[in-house]
Amino acid sequence: MDVTASQALHPAEASLPPVPARTPSRGVGDRIFALAAHSAGYFVLILLGSIIVLLFWGGLPAFRAFGPGFLASAAWNPVTERFGALVSVYGTIVSSVLALMMAVPLAFGVAFFLTELAPGWMRRPVGTAIELLAAVPSIIYGMWGFFVLAPAIGHTIKPFLSSTLGQVPGLAVFRAAPGDASIFTASVVLAIMIIPFIAATMRDVFLTVPVIFKESAFGLGCTSWEVMRSIVLPYTRASVVGGIMLGLGRALGETMAVTFVIGNTNRISPSLFAPGNTIASLVALEFPEAEGGSLQLSSLLALGFLLFVISFVVLAISRTLLVQRVRH
Amino acid sequence: MKSTRPVFAAALAMLGTAGAHAQAITGAGSTFAQPIYQAWADASKATTGVTLNYNGVGSGAGQKFVTQRTVDFGASDAPMSPEKLASAKLMQFPAVMGAVDIAVNVPGIADGRLKLTGKLLADIYLGNVTAWNDPAIAKLNPGVKLPSLPIAPVYRADGSGTTFVFTSYLSKVSPDFKGKVGAATAVSWPAGTGAKGTAGVAGAVRNTPGGLGYVESAYATQNHLTTTQLQSHDGKFVHPTLASFAAAASGADWTGAKNFAVDLNDQPGVASWPIVSATFVLLPTNPSDPAKSGAVLKFFDWAFTNGDATAKQLQYVALPASVKSQVRASWKTLGK
Repeated sequence: MDVTASQALHPAEASLPPVPARTPSRGVGDRIFALAAHSAGYFVLILLGSIIVLLFWGGLPAFRAFGPGFLASAAWNPVTERFGALVSVYGTIVSSVLALMMAVPLAFGVAFFLTELAPGWMRRPVGTAIELLAAVPSIIYGMWGFFVLAPAIGHTIKPFLSSTLGQVPGLAVFRAAPGDASIFTASVVLAIMIIPFIAATMRDVFLTVPVIFKESAFGLGCTSWEVMRSIVLPYTRASVVGGIMLGLGRALGETMAVTFVIGNTNRISPSLFAPGNTIASLVALEFPEAEGGSLQLSSLLALGFLLFVISFVVLAISRTLLVQRVRH
Repeated sequence: MKSTRPVFAAALAMLGTAGAHAQAITGAGSTFAQPIYQAWADASKATTGVTLNYNGVGSGAGQKFVTQRTVDFGASDAPMSPEKLASAKLMQFPAVMGAVDIAVNVPGIADGRLKLTGKLLADIYLGNVTAWNDPAIAKLNPGVKLPSLPIAPVYRADGSGTTFVFTSYLSKVSPDFKGKVGAATAVSWPAGTGAKGTAGVAGAVRNTPGGLGYVESAYATQNHLTTTQLQSHDGKFVHPTLASFAAAASGADWTGAKNFAVDLNDQPGVASWPIVSATFVLLPTNPSDPAKSGAVLKFFDWAFTNGDATAKQLQYVALPASVKSQVRASWKTLGK
């Protein structure tokens, strides 16, 4: 199956006539275009590099003052000038991973429905609606989360989960905590924000699967789900993971919507219903009032650097997973 | 009287010779003072010919910008220390005052009904008092039916002058709070949740039964929040009104404070609201363009003379007349 698929992938290449040898004389336009393309490529690298260097440079006083303890310390006290990254790194990772756990199955369902199940007349309007959802500014999600979603979760999901799962010994994550703002609420808002990204990517790549593969499988008597599992998903695996990573990237760096609903508290609590903090929201909140040259400002820049590192690690892990799976 | 102010005379003369009617000045800083500065700017433009372009970027940024001389004046809710003022070559004077109210959301309790003390507020924000029917609250409020509901304290998550004023007050009345938390534009809160901006705090309090938060008085009044009484320094319970704010301001010792950095929190006086603060203007003492500094002073001179009604409308407290004349006297030193 795999062999035939990879052969079938490049049918056009095999039948192409040999390309004639290039003539060395190239026009000025070609050279200008080559130069422009090259510089665009290098520009991205330089830009990325300089952002990393600048963040690191800005955060250096904090790294010097606190050493590796900066990562392990849960303190964030502008009065005594003791700063640590633990709480916000924890909040960033937990809220994003939780958001992904909620968003991926839903986004997959949306994409599956749109490509395989939905009647033809529905596909375009629903697809457009998904793309529009991706265009909603995050402040809107934040305000909606603050005024509507947070109280709703506080009155329904929280009491339900805390009175059932929360009573199970060892499941302290579901224990109730006062207040509506929480890491859980932030994850739900984040999940809703990243579903359109992941769903739109999945739908687009599901549509790239050659019809002949699917038709053959249907011809063999496969159900829609079997076609999805054995034909569509293996064929589009790389792009699907790419789409999920795009969503995770957005969740990690989301600032405004999270700030509204997470409670902005510098404490790690065992319960998901307790307020927390993320790197992006902490930086956004404290940056304007941080005095120039202060350790606080430097610590905020150091947090920015850490966010960069986390995003990079996530990307690297997804790449390695992908390579392993494809080889498999 | 105006002729006794050399800077003004110079500025006016310059304006006259240039023949320009409009002089543009830029200011940046305090978001707390932004509404009143903008209202004053709109009202004064016609008479003074000064157009103010004010950016509410936050007090910290305001201090930064005026130190770098990227704006003509800075505005800060927290006064700068004398050393910092000297090294940045800045002078400082108060422009207007404001108060902080306590907003609550306790089912069954009406606006202005609940009585609290500073010490109790400190204990709530320290996490020592966690329920509305705590004996400490019940003792202050005989006859008020307090529910058995957890208190959900809300604080400003963004760095803010309001937080500075509020934590300064709590530190002043509670040694425990001073030792554990301290006073700053952003602090490490032992209890409660954070919300962004005054509107965020007010919204979180409104959303959460049992919520309690601190907001600028102007905001609390405009949005009809349920506020509380507080115990004044002299032990009487006072309501947050313009009269009680003004009482606090007039009780303060303005002459003794260097650079007008007077602490207006917990002032003596039976009727004094305990959480009041001034917002400050920072002006270079060695202006690169004296005409611009002159225009800044002209603007505030107009505001001191004609701006009290606007201030009252927006729930700010105008400076007492005696303080205004002291500030005007300090302007004379500028440029010398």
